[in-house]
Amino acid sequence: MSDKLMPEDLVSRVTGVIARTQKIPPETVTIDKSFEELKIDSLDGINILFALEGEFDVDIPDDAARSIRTIREMVEGIEKLLAAKAQAAQK
Amino acid sequence: MTHRVAVTGIGAISAFGETYADLWAGLAAGRSAIRPLTLVAPDVLRFPNAAEVPDYDPLRYFEEKEAQMLDRFAQFAAVAAREAIHSSGIEFSPELGERTAIVLGCSGGGKSTEDDGFHHLYGLKEPRVSPLTIARAMSNAGASRVSFEYGITGPVFTVSTACSSANHAIGQAFRMVRSGEVEVAIAGGSEAPLSMGFLKAWEAMRVVAPDTCRPFSLDRRGLILGEGAAVLVLEPFERARARGAKILGEIAGFGMSSDAHHITQPSALGAARAMRAGLMDAGLAPEAIGYVNAHGTGTPANDATETEAIKNVFGAHAQKLLVSSTKSMHGHTLGAAGALEAAATLGALQCGLIPPTANFTGADPACDLDVVPNTPRAAKVEFAISNSFAFGGLNAVLVFRKSA
Repeated sequence: MSDKLMPEDLVSRVTGVIARTQKIPPETVTIDKSFEELKIDSLDGINILFALEGEFDVDIPDDAARSIRTIREMVEGIEKLLAAKAQAAQK
Repeated sequence: MTHRVAVTGIGAISAFGETYADLWAGLAAGRSAIRPLTLVAPDVLRFPNAAEVPDYDPLRYFEEKEAQMLDRFAQFAAVAAREAIHSSGIEFSPELGERTAIVLGCSGGGKSTEDDGFHHLYGLKEPRVSPLTIARAMSNAGASRVSFEYGITGPVFTVSTACSSANHAIGQAFRMVRSGEVEVAIAGGSEAPLSMGFLKAWEAMRVVAPDTCRPFSLDRRGLILGEGAAVLVLEPFERARARGAKILGEIAGFGMSSDAHHITQPSALGAARAMRAGLMDAGLAPEAIGYVNAHGTGTPANDATETEAIKNVFGAHAQKLLVSSTKSMHGHTLGAAGALEAAATLGALQCGLIPPTANFTGADPACDLDVVPNTPRAAKVEFAISNSFAFGGLNAVLVFRKSA
């Protein structure tokens, strides 16, 4: 996995959404956890995507969502979508 | 005494048109009826396509006042039932009406009626909804409508088990005829799920394909929703023979199971138990089956799990089976799915022609069965099964026999 720095507030917003959606303590949702470790099944995953779309006002495409298995991948995915959104807004 | 159960009438309304002949002609040609959605505004959904009944006009079937009382799903039920009963040649006297059952599957009920009412409430900020809302939206409205039209005063009810509804319904009707509890049964399912609110709920589940339905293909991306209805007329084989009716096939068995596992994830074990139960009910060895009309939704999860279940039940014979998903052509019609697929399976047995899995683009190693890709296949088959597996883990499998 990459060691690149991720904006801390982005990480905490994503993990916060996951904790709220899963009804689990926020401190259990850390960046290196997998969905499996957090007992996030396919339906939970869809529910989290829905909450993240609301939180960040982005549209998460099905194909991009399908391969995500860890919290880190989810944060990276949101980061990309936010960058694309910012770029679109500049145009 | 138990009876052999004959099918003596079939009616269908689907994306192929408003008769069973339209449905069968499309399936037999391997043509997909999946097209751009017109019932909702374009570009508001992640998926643009569905299997809609094209150019449906209720006034071809109902007086204006009657049409106003009936949601689209209930109209479809009546349209398919009229065709099935007409083709059976049965005339219902009051006495026969009392000895007849109607069992129809429906998953969602009058979704567009509810949607429209709630739009007035929340969207247009009106303080009230139409007083017809409840009567139109209740899931039994279709079965009730058919009972009024023909004076059917025996057991009439609706079964709602999501995508297995129609198979559960036909299975109950089959058992009532087999046991002699009723003399005739009208059985099937109807669904009209293409309303904005319900489509948005499907969109959020991320199981609908953005292009088309490609069951068992490696690059399948989900199901395609469809609407319609199909209805069968069932009666004891000897009764049908005695009155000189044309026998279109038989229902030979019915099996059910519950996964007790997960609200949306399928289970191969649960599916396999339903297939086994169906075979046992029909008194057949797995090797007797030649064709499987698969549940085959086109989702990554269903098709791989269903393949595993089929291999589990049929063992080495699985490689000899013809397995196709007609949902690739008529869409996933939810509570009507088992009924349209029963009509498809009966057509396949009667005509000796297996409808293909359309839109097939390439094999998935996890779906390594003969899925009859793209091209219809001539095959003389005596027994077939039709699978339905619902969200909630509820499985129902019908066993069909070619008419003697």
